[in-house]
Amino acid sequence: MKNNWWKIVAVILLSYTIYFGLMGTVPRRAILNESIRNVYFHVPMWFAMIAMLSTSVFNAVRYLRSNDLSYDIKSVEFTNVAILLGILGCATGSIWATFTWGDPWPNDPKLNSVAISMLMYFAYLILRGSFEDEQRRARISAVYNILAFSVFIPLIFILPRLTDSLHPGNGGNPAFSDYDMDSQMRRVFYPAVIGWALLGTWIATLRVRIRRVSEIED
Amino acid sequence: MKNKVSVAVFTLINFVLSLNLFAQQSVKQEVAMADQMRADGKIWVVVAVISTLFVGIIAFLVSMDRKVSKLEKQLKK
Repeated sequence: MKNNWWKIVAVILLSYTIYFGLMGTVPRRAILNESIRNVYFHVPMWFAMIAMLSTSVFNAVRYLRSNDLSYDIKSVEFTNVAILLGILGCATGSIWATFTWGDPWPNDPKLNSVAISMLMYFAYLILRGSFEDEQRRARISAVYNILAFSVFIPLIFILPRLTDSLHPGNGGNPAFSDYDMDSQMRRVFYPAVIGWALLGTWIATLRVRIRRVSEIED
Repeated sequence: MKNKVSVAVFTLINFVLSLNLFAQQSVKQEVAMADQMRADGKIWVVVAVISTLFVGIIAFLVSMDRKVSKLEKQLKK
């Protein structure tokens, strides 16, 4: 219980998100209509994915400093969950885009950047699969992880801002006030981000524990 | 005579203009399009998004479940 309180927080925050995400008041906007509520479900995927990837890189660095394989396990499992969140983010984004932008995958800089990033992280998993030696696999994939993350951040945060994007808050130099959100929406959006990040952490730690047990077994 | 012609022309113009309305009516009544996702303020898009998240997470859980079952089998041996 002492160490599991954050799982309860995750459940409470996500329940709050689902209830107030569907029942709360939202600004009335043309084209978006009620689908503005997807801000509570689609956008937190990416925030949570970034949280997972940051944790993964943090653990990759810790592995490189200590050569302790337990950090490598954490690193790969947080990346796995990040990929899940990324796929869910792409899928939900496509559904939303079909009915608001009129195309499931418009030629938008943010989408293309995300596609490249996803491919980079798929390559990470393939790279891991190609080594027999544990220490070698851990070392090279940790280095690749740091590289991929430092390409990922400019790809999704900086490049779309240099051009025009369909996504709000891109093109120019936006602050959060540029998003189509009012204070009422923020009250649901931020808990949603924290809730999804905690849920992702929960799944990742479960996978870490499974992997630990299977390695003892081997 | 003049009156009759003007009535005929007036009727004709009215008829041509109202064809448009007939067309719209028939489209609404006869041709079924997949407008459901754009109806009701697009709330069904939100429903689809939440369902996708749910399905995705469940699929991921199923794959984890399989991993654990495999592990359990190994432990029994």
